[in-house]
Amino acid sequence: PLLAAAADVLALDDEEDDLEVFSKDTSLAEVNSLSPSMPISPSSMINQYKFEDEPELRDLFITVDDPESHITAIETFITYRVVTKTSRGEFDSSEYEVRRRYQDFLWLKSKLEEAHPTLIIPPLPEKFIMKGMVERFNDEFIETRRKALHKFLNRIADHPTLTFNEDFKIFLTAQAWELSSHKKQGPGLLSRMGQTVRAVASSVRGGVKNRPEMFTEMNNYMETFSQKIIVLDKIAHRIYKEEREYFNEMKEYGPIHTLWSASEEDIADSLKGVASCIEKCCRATEKRMAGLSEHLLPILHEYVLYSEILMGVLKRRDQIQSEFESKVDVLANKKDLFSEEIGKLEDKVECANNALKVDWDRWKQNMKCDMRSMFTNMAENNLCYYEECLATWESFLASQRVDPHVEEDSEDRP
Amino acid sequence: MEDCLVKKMEITVSEAEKRTGRNAMNMQETYTAYLIETRAVESQGEGQCAPVDSLWRRYSEFELLRNYLTVTYPHVVVPPLPEKRADFVWHKLSADNMDPDFVERRRIGLENFLLRVAAHPVLCLDKMFYSFLTQEGGWKEMVNETGFQLKADSRLKALNATFRVKNPDKRFTELKHYSDELQSVISHLLRVRARVADRLYGVYKVHGNYGRVFSEWSAIEKEMGDGLQSAGHHMDVYAASIDDILEEEEHYADQLKEYLFYAEALRAVCRKHELMQYELEMAAQDLTSKKQQCEELATGTVRTFSLKGMTSKLFGQETPEQREAKIRILEEQIQEGEEQLKSKNLEGRDFVKSAWADIERFKEQKNHDLKEALISYAVMQISMCKK
Repeated sequence: PLLAAAADVLALDDEEDDLEVFSKDTSLAEVNSLSPSMPISPSSMINQYKFEDEPELRDLFITVDDPESHITAIETFITYRVVTKTSRGEFDSSEYEVRRRYQDFLWLKSKLEEAHPTLIIPPLPEKFIMKGMVERFNDEFIETRRKALHKFLNRIADHPTLTFNEDFKIFLTAQAWELSSHKKQGPGLLSRMGQTVRAVASSVRGGVKNRPEMFTEMNNYMETFSQKIIVLDKIAHRIYKEEREYFNEMKEYGPIHTLWSASEEDIADSLKGVASCIEKCCRATEKRMAGLSEHLLPILHEYVLYSEILMGVLKRRDQIQSEFESKVDVLANKKDLFSEEIGKLEDKVECANNALKVDWDRWKQNMKCDMRSMFTNMAENNLCYYEECLATWESFLASQRVDPHVEEDSEDRP
Repeated sequence: MEDCLVKKMEITVSEAEKRTGRNAMNMQETYTAYLIETRAVESQGEGQCAPVDSLWRRYSEFELLRNYLTVTYPHVVVPPLPEKRADFVWHKLSADNMDPDFVERRRIGLENFLLRVAAHPVLCLDKMFYSFLTQEGGWKEMVNETGFQLKADSRLKALNATFRVKNPDKRFTELKHYSDELQSVISHLLRVRARVADRLYGVYKVHGNYGRVFSEWSAIEKEMGDGLQSAGHHMDVYAASIDDILEEEEHYADQLKEYLFYAEALRAVCRKHELMQYELEMAAQDLTSKKQQCEELATGTVRTFSLKGMTSKLFGQETPEQREAKIRILEEQIQEGEEQLKSKNLEGRDFVKSAWADIERFKEQKNHDLKEALISYAVMQISMCKK
């Protein structure tokens, strides 16, 4: 009855109490078995936890800003300010402000992966960037990283399961020393090692035998998607580079006309007009590039990282299944098919599968939304650019045609 | 202007054809021949059209014509020919003289040249020009028979020498400066324009890469599939559109190039004037010194130091008969010199007058043309944006 009530309640719009009910379940039940024991339809979940553009449904608001450099005897690093505003009951206060460094984000991500091996944990920006980086603390790099970290935390906040993760809460609220002591606790290292051992064992066994059709499809999809998104990312960067080169040449082009106008009398104004048009188009090009770098590049990059993550999630799911299958094999020989162990592993597989399925659908939805808005923004960006250029030249043309000089019907015209 | 050839005759360079032949050194060569079509403009109306005359000429013959005109009418700013070799090329454009796009643009340039000459009040009356348009055979020989080459060679030598004019005409000096500035600014502009075109080409073409990826991606998507397909298609169209855009821009570049070369022609007129002025001054100087010599001989005084003076002092005076002879010779020379000077002065003044008239003409034309060019550039930009 509790479950049914919760499901009903969740299908309606959220109120604080509903969420509290939900979260109380979380704290009681074992994390791994949470999702499958709640028969919530994926679509109602998606409707509830829609993406960023529906703030009324959210009760957790996070911002990442204000990068600051810290210099100690041993190292130099950057911390970012993480501000959380919430109306959730399980938070002691409604506002938090903490400082976190990249390492802390890495820690959070690994904890989430540990807790939810078959959920899609959002990507973190890379540790280093291979090409073109001289200094780790280049301003552009920091800003890009900051934006990505902001995205990371917000994606977690929007995730129906991850948003209630305890480590996430601690990450958002704990003071620096509290966080370090918390980090030291827990199974952490051992469980990670166990994970690695299992992974190795699984690959030794030769992988999964009866992978459900659905996951094979997912795999195939991800392979193609991954290829395509990587190429798109490359193309987008190339376009940015070409536009930058174009911009650089245009910067020189306009002033020549002004220089020329200095030697002329009659056509001086026309020349100056052209110079100013070119200048305006230059500025429009700059805006266009900024739009590209704000709307297109980060999203494509995020999805490149996502595709890696998804491949990893699919592997982990396979691992879980192959563990189960190998246990079955082992015990089948001993004719002991109904051991408790098998039962647990079977559950585990089912949980993992369901969790992934639900999260996969959610991810697809989000991806579609993201892509749609990305393309729309790009199209608008480009339209804006061309409209501006058009307006500039049209007004130039109008100014020239009104000019009485043009009206002479010169017989010199060939 | 009313009796300019262009009013009486329709002139077109309508076709270009690749030919092979033997050149002066009996070696095989390929060249392009251009068809010049002329038709008298009759005021008869009623659909009665005069027959079309046509003949083929190659670029070198056009060059010959222009050289002839430049030498024969030194005070005229002679319209320039389209460039001999492709210059200000960016990576997509071919520098090959046989490239069809280049040939096409050259055809237009040659037609433009002929029309400009035909529209010029002085040049259009020239007989060699007329026969260039109408006489198929023997034209080259006829032109060479005028002996303009000799004049050209001596002029060329003189022009290339450095000389200083004592009293330069300020207007011409300013004009020379202007032509230098114009040349430099237009070539700079053309260079940068070529680079800009190259970059723009890059931007558009890279967008084309999207096309294939989108269509491949659309294969694995269900709901997004159609959207991606159409986006891919649009990217392909976008990438392809740059070719036409830049081709049109080449015409704009050609218009600028015409004025680049015009600036050279203008400069040439200024230099010729300078040369004239210089020769005038030399002649005047020469005359003055002769007059002085004469005076000295007549009066027996030596005002300026001269070797002759010294030798005569050292080796004795000349006989009066000798002196008389000398004086007579000098007087003759002086007379000659004075006449020469007069005619040179006249020449100079005429030159200046007609040159200046032509220059004014040129300026007006230039202003008009450049303005049109800039306007058409704007129009092109607009159409590019609209796409």
